[in-house]
Amino acid sequence: MSTTTADHTEDHAHAHGHGLGEAVTHDAAKFGMWLFLGTEILLFGGLFAAYALFRAKYPDLFVEYHKNLDLEKGVFNTFVLLFSSFTMALAVLFAQRKKQLYTTIFLAITFVCGAIFAIVKYFEYAHKFEDHIYPSKNIFYALYYMTTGLHMIHVFIGMIIILALLGMNMKGKFVKGRYTPVEVGGLYWHLVDLIWIYLFPLMYLIG
Amino acid sequence: MANGIAADSTYESYLAKKGFTAWALTTDHKRIGIMYLITISFFFLLAGVTALLMRYELLTPELDFFSTTTQYNVAFTLHGSLMVFFFIVPGIAASLGNFLIPLMIGARDVAFPRLNLLSYWVYLVGTVILMTALAQPADTGWTFYTPYSVETGTNVILITLGVFVLGFSSILTGMNFIVTVHKLRAPGMTWNRLPLFIWASYATAILQLLATPVVGITLLLLIMEKSLDIGFFDPAKGGDPILFQNFFWFYSHPAVYIMVIPAFGIISEIIPVFARKPIFGYRAIAYSSFAIAIISFFVWLHHMFVSGISETAAAIFSFLTMLVAIPTAIKVFNWLATLYKGSIEFHSSMLYALSFIFLFTIGGLTGVFLGALAVDVHLHDTYFVVAHMHYVMIGGTVMGFFGALHFWYPKWFGKTFNELTAKASWFLVFVGFNVTFFPQFFMGYQGMPRRYATYPEQFQSAHVLSTYGSWILGLGIFIMTVNLIAGIFSRKVPEGNPYKSLSLEWQMPSPPPHNNFEDIPIVTDWTYAYGKK
Amino acid sequence: MTSWIPESASNLASNVDNITLFVTVLSVFFCVLISFFLIYYSIKYRRKSENQETAYITGNELIEIIWTVIPSILLMVIFAWGYIAFRELKHPPADALEINVIAKQWLWQFEYFNGKKSINEMYVQKGRPVRLIMRSDDVIHSFFVPQFRVKQDVLPVNYSQLWFTPTKTGTYDIYCTEYCGAGHSKMLGKVNVLSPEAYARWERADEFGGDAVAGGSDLPPAERGENLYSQRGCNACHSLDGADGVGPTFKGLFGREEKLVDGSVVIADENYIKESIYVPQAKMVAGYAPVMPAFKGILSDDEVTAIIEFLKTQK
Repeated sequence: MSTTTADHTEDHAHAHGHGLGEAVTHDAAKFGMWLFLGTEILLFGGLFAAYALFRAKYPDLFVEYHKNLDLEKGVFNTFVLLFSSFTMALAVLFAQRKKQLYTTIFLAITFVCGAIFAIVKYFEYAHKFEDHIYPSKNIFYALYYMTTGLHMIHVFIGMIIILALLGMNMKGKFVKGRYTPVEVGGLYWHLVDLIWIYLFPLMYLIG
Repeated sequence: MANGIAADSTYESYLAKKGFTAWALTTDHKRIGIMYLITISFFFLLAGVTALLMRYELLTPELDFFSTTTQYNVAFTLHGSLMVFFFIVPGIAASLGNFLIPLMIGARDVAFPRLNLLSYWVYLVGTVILMTALAQPADTGWTFYTPYSVETGTNVILITLGVFVLGFSSILTGMNFIVTVHKLRAPGMTWNRLPLFIWASYATAILQLLATPVVGITLLLLIMEKSLDIGFFDPAKGGDPILFQNFFWFYSHPAVYIMVIPAFGIISEIIPVFARKPIFGYRAIAYSSFAIAIISFFVWLHHMFVSGISETAAAIFSFLTMLVAIPTAIKVFNWLATLYKGSIEFHSSMLYALSFIFLFTIGGLTGVFLGALAVDVHLHDTYFVVAHMHYVMIGGTVMGFFGALHFWYPKWFGKTFNELTAKASWFLVFVGFNVTFFPQFFMGYQGMPRRYATYPEQFQSAHVLSTYGSWILGLGIFIMTVNLIAGIFSRKVPEGNPYKSLSLEWQMPSPPPHNNFEDIPIVTDWTYAYGKK
Repeated sequence: MTSWIPESASNLASNVDNITLFVTVLSVFFCVLISFFLIYYSIKYRRKSENQETAYITGNELIEIIWTVIPSILLMVIFAWGYIAFRELKHPPADALEINVIAKQWLWQFEYFNGKKSINEMYVQKGRPVRLIMRSDDVIHSFFVPQFRVKQDVLPVNYSQLWFTPTKTGTYDIYCTEYCGAGHSKMLGKVNVLSPEAYARWERADEFGGDAVAGGSDLPPAERGENLYSQRGCNACHSLDGADGVGPTFKGLFGREEKLVDGSVVIADENYIKESIYVPQAKMVAGYAPVMPAFKGILSDDEVTAIIEFLKTQK
């Protein structure tokens, strides 16, 4: 192929040197995260497909056993996660505006929301185990534990990401305009929220 | 246009830095590519040995080499799992893709170099889990069909866990490649100038992203089913064993194309270079990869025509299966037409590429037998399927892979191998492969079922022939391996651009410098402008 | 050609073979065509000098359309034909004779409309359509008779069915074609296609097999018993060399004193053995699990006599 070599002009500065330019990195990271989120949805998609199949096959079983789920805790957790998505969005906004303190505050609130969600979920599971309701009880509970459990793992991963973002923010990384991580991390947290928004009615609000 | 090759005094090869951490912690896509190459080659040879053991057992109808049928069943499970999940799925995509994509599009690295290193280590963790699984191997076949996989006493959890972990590696690599191709092409490297290997890698990456999560969740469900005693796939507990097959093939059919599309890319690079001709029908080849990728998501039920699916479903999926054959046929004709009025040199890699066309044609045509519903009923789960699958996977993917090994070898190592030995080993591989697998078509039509440790006497002569073939094939691969390893220690230094290729990766010194391009090139014409006036 | 095509012994076989032949002819044609150009171009356009001129051809719309359209049409023909033949496979005639098939690791059990049962040997009549209603007791199996060109997975979750009309008398292999564990390759059975006369005799008689099947009724009883010992699967649990298996060994069994689970002792004479074959759990020998299937209705009195004669020879 015929090629020439780029001059050392400003036009190609972004493609020069060892690192990539901030603009390219930012675009690439966001694009990459969107792709990754797509795979996450497909991962849960498998479970949703199984849910659809078994619910069509055993509608009564699903109606009967969903009544044993703790609706109050479910509703509470839904609001906690929705609120955390809101605070996460604010954290991203303030990071972009280089407000270090506000970013810290809202990241911390988001983290606490995640923790509250996890604690409530812990009590929900513990209560079920006391009643000897395990995943092996029936298909409904197998699906309940699989979906909410997998979601829980995602909440934990999200919380670890938020901790890392807090660390970066403390070091002043976002103030220097390199706010890509917080945006990408925010996207991930919104996905965790989104999946719950689907899980909640599918599990708690049947019939 | 070898003018870019002249190395300046500051040139330092990417291989220059020595030491464990310089490799283990590298973010250089070229080193990561080489690490993948070594790892997958190891698993390829290991899986090849299990195949030789199986073929040896099948010399006689009775069980005589293995002491129990379960040992034979373990052998084919290992062969399938290692070949599919540890060699051929990550194989070309991760090893060659890593090395070549940035070089071919004129980038200094992939979009996320650290994530790339992570992918490799995740892959390695998966292989370590698998190696521990070797101590207590499963006997389910690589498809892990329920309810047998739930019922069996052998250790299915470890091997599926290994495959599950590998899935993450695939997803991260696929994502990395897609973003790289989108964002890091050199100025002037428009989509319509991209080398076809890039198009193929791009289509493969999309498949990896879409299909891998589904097998991930499937295997996770299987692991949970076994460990927590739940019943998604267990009829006794209200589950459905066919659901597993649906999930599994929804991934595994596109996975077939994850395995073979990169090989299409390789062939599309090798043939124009050695024919000194532009690739014929560039767009048709590029877009047909996408056509295949998309249709491949809607053909999974053709693995289940005799599992009791509805007639309508069978009809739709048979029809879609036939559709896949069309873009595949187009590619074969395009490669053939590229040779017309060319100036053909029979380098060892070109021999692999030409035999790819022939063998892949057989693999594709025998797929049409299996797509025709009534014929599939007879042929399903017989040796005909085994033969068809190997004609696509070895005749297609592995021939492409071997071709790539010989083609880019000077680029990777700055050394060259003994060409005469390479041609001799190609001949043995080609002959051995055909002697091994061609008789299996006949055996299959006569009714020989697959996965049989022992078999009725009437099939013995075909089995014996097949086993003899496997020895020739094994010898060929052995000589090839020795030749390629010996090449690294040879003193022969090839020319910078020995084939006079126009592709970007050859317009730089071999082995490439650590940073690939001192100055990012500006591309002014497409990759295949051979003989352009 | 006949060597690689198995004998065709059902009404469905010729259709499958015709499609196969059609696809084979097309495949051979395309394969030869491609190979021809591959070799011809390789020779004609081999590099003769380093600076050999090459043509700059990047494509040709007409030829690309041609080689897209022609394979597409052929593929659609194959699809349609395959589907039509498949429909036939899926629609048994209303008057088909029904046989229940139970697959389990690792044997085939057949239950006929008249209450007869058999293991690993199926009996059908030439020219009479048969519908198999199949289920599995454990994992997925698959019922395959190459000479009939029929195959169907046998599932633990619901019934699956398969039909055919045998067109030739003879004995054909049944293979399990869905991997089902250690005994997969030994899960073999036989279909005995009987002439209408032989079938009528089989149906009427207490005698299980037709002539020359089921151990060979014209053989001396002890030899026939020896055949039945392996054909009916006794060998899976009862050894002849004294080794202990799932059940007691047959070596020296006849006339032996056996201690039963209730503490009493019996002598294994003709009547005890006959009872133990028909109703195995009636008098269980101590130390063995009650797992043997009852052979009442599966083995005839003649066959049991033959097995007893065979046991007498095992000292």
